[in-house]
Order: sequence, then C-alpha cells, then structure tokens
Amino acid sequence: MSKCYINNNIRKLRFNTDEMTQQELADKTGVTRQTIIAIENGKYSPTLELAFRIAHVFNSPLDEVFSFNSEDDSEITITKR
Amino acid sequence: MDNKEKQILVTLISLILIFACYSLYVYNKYIADNFNIVNDFRFWGKTFLILIPVTIVSQIVIHIVFAIMNKIVTNEDLPTLSDERDKLIDLKAIRISHWIFTGGFLLWMVSQVIGMPPYAMFITLIVSGFFSGIVSEIAKIYFYRKGF
Repeated sequence: MSKCYINNNIRKLRFNTDEMTQQELADKTGVTRQTIIAIENGKYSPTLELAFRIAHVFNSPLDEVFSFNSEDDSEITITKR
Repeated sequence: MDNKEKQILVTLISLILIFACYSLYVYNKYIADNFNIVNDFRFWGKTFLILIPVTIVSQIVIHIVFAIMNKIVTNEDLPTLSDERDKLIDLKAIRISHWIFTGGFLLWMVSQVIGMPPYAMFITLIVSGFFSGIVSEIAKIYFYRKGF
C-alpha cells in the first residue's frame, strides 16, 4: 500500500465552520461521507478537482486545507531519462 | 460497516450462493445421470449462456430485497451516488479480477497442452470466472477498509 503524503486540516476547518458535519461537507462537494472520512484520516488523496471543491466550501486557499508532507520527500525518487 | 461495504458483502454472498446453487442444479439435472454429457460442447455453451442471465436477475432481486430490508431495519437509504473514490476502487478491483481470469485462461491452455479432456477447459473457465468475481468483491472491501 502506498503511503499518503498529503496532510489536511479538514477536521479543524469543519469545526471552525459552524461545526459542519462530514455529511454536510460530502453533500456540498458531491461525494460520499465515506470519502470525506477517508480523506480526513489520510487514507485517500483526493483529486485536484475535489481538493479545490473542499477548499471552496471552506472559503480557504488550497494550501490551507491540504499540505504536502515534506519530511517524506527523501523517500520519493524521480527518474529522469 | 458502512452501507457500501454491506452492499459489497451482499454481492459476495449472493455470488457464492448463485454459483453453488446453479452448479448443484446442473450437476443433478444433467451430469449425475449421464457423465458423458460433459464432452458435449453444446451442453457447456448452454450452461454458460443460462448462467449469465440467472446471475444478473438473481443479483438484482437479492439487492432489491436487501435494500428493502435495510430500509426497514436501519431506516437508511442505500447510497446511489458513486464518487471518484468508488470509481477508483472499482477500477482497481476490476484490474485484479482481470489478472485472475487471465490466469485461468492460461491454466486452460496448460490443461490442453498436457492432454486433459476438453471439459477441463470449460470447468477452468467457469471456476476462474467465479474466483475473479469473488476476489474482485473482496478487493473492494479491502480498499474501502484500508484505503490506498
């Protein structure tokens, strides 16, 4: 199983947005509650489109909602031809 | 266990039940009395062709019954929405099932190379089709639970 390098603040942002429920966020972004749970728990990295939709719901820039775990940069290798 | 996992579990159990019942039915009705029928290609063609609609209709009926029972017991509707994660999980599960079916296809060719009777080819195809379906559903449950 590949490790998820994307961290998120969705739980905190939901709390700060009138304690929005996972179901409400799911309805607003057009996905299931299970997908929101998986994203919050770091079990699924959303597509760029869904990431933007989530950020739009919280009225925040993308990098405030999602961040890249730079500590794991060393584990990623990019092969150049 | 969420509703999506329950649906997959129902599909998994129904697949096993339908395959077991259909295999028993075919064996008792045709093979038990006349084993030589397994060498008749028409018999296998008929068996395959009937299995497909039987599986589809049974699955639909079982899922409708499950949806009604689920509504009565939990008062919740089953999810009809399929989002990007569901589609990705479906694709990953289909890829795994295709590998297994391809393995069965290779086994079929091996069975013919080593001189096994022709009916071994049909049994290999049916069994690999069945296992690919089962593994596909198990893979879905795994991906839903563990993430990826």
